[in-house]
Amino acid sequence: MSTESYLFAKPHFLGIAGLNYPEAVSLLDRADEYVEQSRQTDKTSNKLHGLTQINLFFEPSTRTQSSFEIAGKRLGMDVINMAVKSSSVAKGETLIDTAMTLNAMRPDLLVVRHGASGAAELLSQKVDCAVINAGDGQHEHPTQALLDALSIRRALGSLDGLRVAICGDIAHSRVARSNVILLNLLGAEVRLCGPPTLLPSDADRWGAEVFHNMDEVLNSCDVVMMLRLQTERMNSAAIPSAREYFRFYGLDRNRLSKAAPGALVMHPGPMNRGVEIDSDIADDSKISLITAQVEMGVAVRMAVLDMLAEARTKGLS
Amino acid sequence: MSNIRPICIQNSQMIDPAQQRNEICDVWLKNGVIAEIGENLETCEDTLCVDASDLVLAPGLIDLKVKTGEPGSEHREDLRSAGISAAAGGVTTMVIAPDTDPAIDDAALVEFISRSSQTKSIVNVLPAGALTKDLRGEQMAEIGLMSEAGAVLFSNGDHAIASAAIMRKVLAYSGAFNALVSCRPEEPTLAEGGVMHSGELSSRLGLSGIPIAAETINISRDIALAELTGGRLLIDQVSSSAGVALIREAKAKGLDVYASVSVHHLCLNELDVSGYRTFARLSPPLRSEADRLGLIAGIIDGSIDVIVSAHDPRPAEEKRLPFAESSAGACGLETLLSGVLSLVHNGNTDLITALRPLTSAPAELLGINCGTIKIGSPADLVLIDLYKPWVCDADKLLSKSKNTPFDERKMQGCAVATLVEGRTVYDANGWFIKEET
Repeated sequence: MSTESYLFAKPHFLGIAGLNYPEAVSLLDRADEYVEQSRQTDKTSNKLHGLTQINLFFEPSTRTQSSFEIAGKRLGMDVINMAVKSSSVAKGETLIDTAMTLNAMRPDLLVVRHGASGAAELLSQKVDCAVINAGDGQHEHPTQALLDALSIRRALGSLDGLRVAICGDIAHSRVARSNVILLNLLGAEVRLCGPPTLLPSDADRWGAEVFHNMDEVLNSCDVVMMLRLQTERMNSAAIPSAREYFRFYGLDRNRLSKAAPGALVMHPGPMNRGVEIDSDIADDSKISLITAQVEMGVAVRMAVLDMLAEARTKGLS
Repeated sequence: MSNIRPICIQNSQMIDPAQQRNEICDVWLKNGVIAEIGENLETCEDTLCVDASDLVLAPGLIDLKVKTGEPGSEHREDLRSAGISAAAGGVTTMVIAPDTDPAIDDAALVEFISRSSQTKSIVNVLPAGALTKDLRGEQMAEIGLMSEAGAVLFSNGDHAIASAAIMRKVLAYSGAFNALVSCRPEEPTLAEGGVMHSGELSSRLGLSGIPIAAETINISRDIALAELTGGRLLIDQVSSSAGVALIREAKAKGLDVYASVSVHHLCLNELDVSGYRTFARLSPPLRSEADRLGLIAGIIDGSIDVIVSAHDPRPAEEKRLPFAESSAGACGLETLLSGVLSLVHNGNTDLITALRPLTSAPAELLGINCGTIKIGSPADLVLIDLYKPWVCDADKLLSKSKNTPFDERKMQGCAVATLVEGRTVYDANGWFIKEET
C-alpha cells in the first residue's frame, strides 16, 4: 500500500514513541526528496516562507542546532536561535515562563532541547505553536533516530530484517531510546550492548536483546551503532576507566570482523576516538556512515518541519 | 462547649471499627461528647435532630501525616487552610509533621504548633517532633521535653536517618518516654537522584528510578534496630509489597513495629506518572500494580496499621516544571476518605476494615481518647455518603496548593458533614447550620 495516502496529522513532534509505521515511512520519503534538494546549487525553496522557527536550546549543541537552523532556512523560514545562557533563564525564569514569552511572539515552530526528560512534552501543553523535540534529557531524540534510519535505508535499501547493534552507554542515551523504537517499527532486529552499569533495568523489555559482550553482540550484525561515552562517566562508579572501557566495549577493526560482511558503522557524534571507537574505522568511508548521518540530519529535519507546518496549515492537527 | 446546641444524628448506619459495631441507630451529642447511642432516642427539647438515613456515621478520621508550611512556607499551606481541608475530608485530628522551617525540634516549637492551632485550625491538631536537630540526622533532639510539651510522635521528616548508629540511639532513648518513633524507610545513597519507581517505565521515560531495595534495606535495618533496642517503631509510608512482607514478619515475631501507607499508594501506581505528570511525583514513588495490591493485602491482614493522607501541599511553581525538577508531594486531606472508599467500591475490602486504619488504629497507636463512637468519647464524627459520584478537580481543592494525583479522576463517596467535639466544621448540605444560633 502506498504510504502517500496518509497525511501527517500530529500537532507536535515529541518522540518516536507516538509515531505509527506510515507516518515514519512518510517522513523518511519526504526526507529523501530533501536530500536531493540539498545537493543542488540552489538549496533554498520558499515552501515555508513567512513562517518563524525558534531554536530554543537549553543544552549546548553545535551539530543539532546548526542542522535545525540550516533545515529551517532551506525551507525559507525565518530562524531565530535563542542563546539560553545569556537569556532570562539564567535569571531564574522557569522553562514555562520562557516558553510563554516566546509563544507570545507567535512563532510557528519551536525546536527545543532541554536537559530534563519530558521537557518538550511539557512545553507542548502550554504553547500554541508546533513543538519539535531536539533531545529531552534521557528520554528521546527523535530526529536523530530518523536520520539514522534514513542513512541505513539509503545505504542498504531497507531496514526490514536487518540486525542492528547499539553499543555503549544505553542507560543515559536518548538516542538509543528513540532508535530502539524506530528500528523495531521499521522491522529491524535490535540488540543492545554495554556494561551492566550503563544498561537500564528492564531494557530487555524494550523489544531488544541485551548483551554485555561485544564479540557476542556483533555476531552477524548488519549495522553497528556506537554511542558516545559522556566524559563525566569515564572515571565514575559506572566504569573504572576509559581504557578498560575501550578494551571491552570499544569498536576496532578486529572486533568488527565478527559482524556480517560489509557491516556498516554509525555514531551520533561527537566521537571520543580511542574510547568507544577506533579512528581507523571511523574514518574509513567504505564502512563508516558517520558523515552521511550528518547530511541526512538536515534532510530529516526539513521533512519534520515541513510536515508539521503542513499539518498546521491544513488544519489537520 | 456547653453553649453548643445538642445534636441527634438519626437513623444513620453507625460504623465503629474499635467496637466492631455496624448498625442503624441514633447518636446523641451533648456538651462536645457522645451522650447516648441507641434506637429512637429521647432527647432534650433544644436538640437539633438530623435525619441521616442512607448515610454512614463513622468516627472522625485521624491522619498521622500532614505537612503544612507553618512556620516558614505559609504560601504552601498554613494551619488554618489545612484545618479547612481536613474538615472537608472528614479528618477531625491531624498530626502535623515536623518538616517546617524551622523544623519542630524543640519544646517551644511544639507548644507554638499546639497553641496557634487552637485559634487557627477548626480540627484537632497534634504536633509531631523532630527526632534529630533540624532533621539533619546527626544530633538527637530533646525527645523528652517535646513529649512533655505534647508531641505525640517523633519523626525525621521525609528523610531517613542515614546513620544506623544514630537511629539505634534514637530508638533506645525514646523508649524511656514510650515515644513512638516514625521513620521513612529510604536508603539515601540508593535513592539519590531518583524521581520515580525504578523499572521498565522509568527507563523508557528516561527518568532516574528509586529501586525497591532502597526501601527494603532500611525497613530491615530499622526493624533490626527496634528489636535490638525495644523501641516503638512506626514505618512511615511503606510503598512496596516486599516492604510489607518484612513488616509482617516483624509483627509475627511480636516486635513493637507498626506501619503506615499513604492513600495514594493504595489507589495509584507508577503508570500515573506517564506523560510526566508531576502531580503524581511522590516520595516514596508510586510503584507497580503488584505492589499496590500487596499494600492492600497488608491493610486487610493488619500488617499495615494506618492509612495516612501524606498531605504535602506544593504550589504550582513547584509542580509546573519538567518532572525531574519538580517537587515530590501531593495534597491528600480532601481525598483521603474517597480514596479509601474506592477500595470498598472496588471490592478489595469491607467498610469496617477500610475505616479501622483511619480511626481506631491511629488512636490506639497514639494512645488518644478518640477514633471511636462510645458514650463519653469526644463527638468527633464524620457523616459519609458512600455512593455520591464526583469528579476530582484539583483547582477546587480548599487547600492553598492545588496538587493532587487524583485530578480529573472519577470518585465515589465523600464526607457530607464533619463534627469536632460536637461542633460542625464541615456541612456540605447545610443540615447543621441551624445549630449555630
